[in-house]
Amino acid sequence: MAATRLFLRASPVKCSLTGLTGGVHSSLGLTLLKLSPACTAKPQAQRRHAAHFTYHPEPAPSQYGPTQKMNLFQSVTSALDNTLAGDPTAVIFGEDVAFGGVFRCTVGLRDKYGKDRVFNTPLCEQGIVGFGIGAAAAGATAIAEIQFADYIYPAFDQIVNEAAKYRYRSGNMFDCGKLTIRSPWGCVGHGSIYHSQCPEAFFTHCPGIKIVVPRGPVQAKGLLLSCIADQNPCIFFEPKILYRAAVEQVPTEAYQIPLSQAEVLQEGSDLTLVAWGTQVHVLKEVAAMAQEKLGVSCELIDLRTILPWDTETVCKSVVKTGRLLISHEAPVTGGFAAEISSTVQTYESTWIFKFPPQPHKKVTARESKYLSLYFALF
Amino acid sequence: IYRMMQTIRRMELKADQLYKQKIIRGFCHLYDGQEACAVGIETGINLSDHLITAYRAHGYTLTRGGTVREIMAELTGRRGGIAKGKGGSMHMYTKHFYGGNGIVGAQVPLGAGVALACKYLGNNEICVCLYGDGAANQGQIFETYNMASLWKLPCIFICENNKYGMGTSVERASTSTHYFKKGDFIPGLRMDGMDVLCVREATKFAAEHCRSGKGPILMELQTYRYHGHSMSDPGISYRTREEIQEVRSKSDPISMLKDRMLSNNMASVEELKEIDVEVRKEIEEAAQFATTDPEPPLEDLCN
Repeated sequence: MAATRLFLRASPVKCSLTGLTGGVHSSLGLTLLKLSPACTAKPQAQRRHAAHFTYHPEPAPSQYGPTQKMNLFQSVTSALDNTLAGDPTAVIFGEDVAFGGVFRCTVGLRDKYGKDRVFNTPLCEQGIVGFGIGAAAAGATAIAEIQFADYIYPAFDQIVNEAAKYRYRSGNMFDCGKLTIRSPWGCVGHGSIYHSQCPEAFFTHCPGIKIVVPRGPVQAKGLLLSCIADQNPCIFFEPKILYRAAVEQVPTEAYQIPLSQAEVLQEGSDLTLVAWGTQVHVLKEVAAMAQEKLGVSCELIDLRTILPWDTETVCKSVVKTGRLLISHEAPVTGGFAAEISSTVQTYESTWIFKFPPQPHKKVTARESKYLSLYFALF
Repeated sequence: IYRMMQTIRRMELKADQLYKQKIIRGFCHLYDGQEACAVGIETGINLSDHLITAYRAHGYTLTRGGTVREIMAELTGRRGGIAKGKGGSMHMYTKHFYGGNGIVGAQVPLGAGVALACKYLGNNEICVCLYGDGAANQGQIFETYNMASLWKLPCIFICENNKYGMGTSVERASTSTHYFKKGDFIPGLRMDGMDVLCVREATKFAAEHCRSGKGPILMELQTYRYHGHSMSDPGISYRTREEIQEVRSKSDPISMLKDRMLSNNMASVEELKEIDVEVRKEIEEAAQFATTDPEPPLEDLCN
């Protein structure tokens, strides 16, 4: 369930809401912000609570050359195509990538570049990442695919203990900076517990790697190419619900979008909204609703790179608006919103308050685990 | 045995139907074709023994004491389901049946743990740990082999080799397709998993081996699934229709048993037909229940 943390400067109301059912029908249990009441739909046998957000394609970027209509998985294929074309050491491997991948992200690449550059691995995530680390350390641009982010845990040791620490412990003699791990991520409506997870928070506790989550095709291609070029091992999570749903005009040539730079999608004065991946689009609708129904002006920020994250953009925004709301699909406790909110609090304390501080109010919500039934809410 | 296999077959086909009608949603991995494995194994062990498998678990849920009603209601996510509608296709459990596990290979160390508990409690029970040909290359399985062998755990490892790990044939996934040998120092048997009596006898042998304290044993059941990996897989992009047809006509587990029973005068055509009719009726009723039972209440979300 989407977890949301709401912060008000000077009167820090920390409330984690797990009742958020999706953009238009969400309800924050506060008097301050009252969006439309939650659609507690009558659970009739045949009725489905559908995921509710609409993907609005962004205007085609003009500075990167000719563009072509692509959805998210096609933009990933395009990025990989550019990489394999321009870098003779680049290899792609993972489960079922040879025929094109279960999400079609690698369609056509094996035919185009050969079976020694695009190949399948057996069913062994720990082996895939370990192998990728070795390949990267030896000088190949290794692009590993983990079929679903839910399956990344067998590789956790390799990522955290091997990949992240390689450069440091070898005194820069070796590194696996050429490793990029790609993985489908996030809720998709029917994924239940093992095809919907957002494990970014587990990895943010690990210095030495970078974590990136794009919100759409143009962003995905640019960010993925940046990850591949980056001299550190990177994990690139692709929101699977957007693979087909998000369609945009994407540049066909290679281009990069800088890492560790959040993007302010919409400026506002009353509330800062922070999200990444699919939730960006949910919050876009929330912002529109807030403006229309409550006259609240929201500033929307897409974090893009989760680790290392752009603290300055977010903190500056909160200083301006005085209020912060972070929304993510991962569970509340230990979710990345906790880190963001803690940093913002510390940052803010260096600023002078205009209003007298008020006592903390905490509204806690229950943790909820993924349920196949309630997946319909996404 | 015949009734049980027929029930599984009909149940899976009904599930297929309901899925296509969108009454069952999410993931659904069907077991038709492999009935002889589940039924054969169950008849070789006791209900008080333990069993754990991966996600292709509907058949085992039934053999381990679940009812068709509960299973179908679980598939449709209703409160009458065996996991109260919260688990779905992959997460079904009964007493001494530990599921129903989504992550490939993860159930095997769990099974060894259950076997350890059996040994520790001295209750003469064993644990059957199932996994597929795709999972056979997971590191944790080899770790488990070693632990089970070192501590002589009463564990029967069973590899259900249905020749395809999702869409990858065994030849393309494994250097050695002799899955019964992968236990190395653990004795292994390979058998025709389409022959229910063969599976039963082998399981009895294996169970005896474990109960007598000799440690773990490995069985490879060569079997076949008619459906694709899951409902989103048509199952024909990595194998030919002819191949599926051939298995259906030459090695279908239910047909094989039927022929045997008829030719040995163990049952008449009418008796078997009667069973078929009863089974169909049971499935229909269960499907009816599964479609009309209410969904779990909202409070169950965080329970």
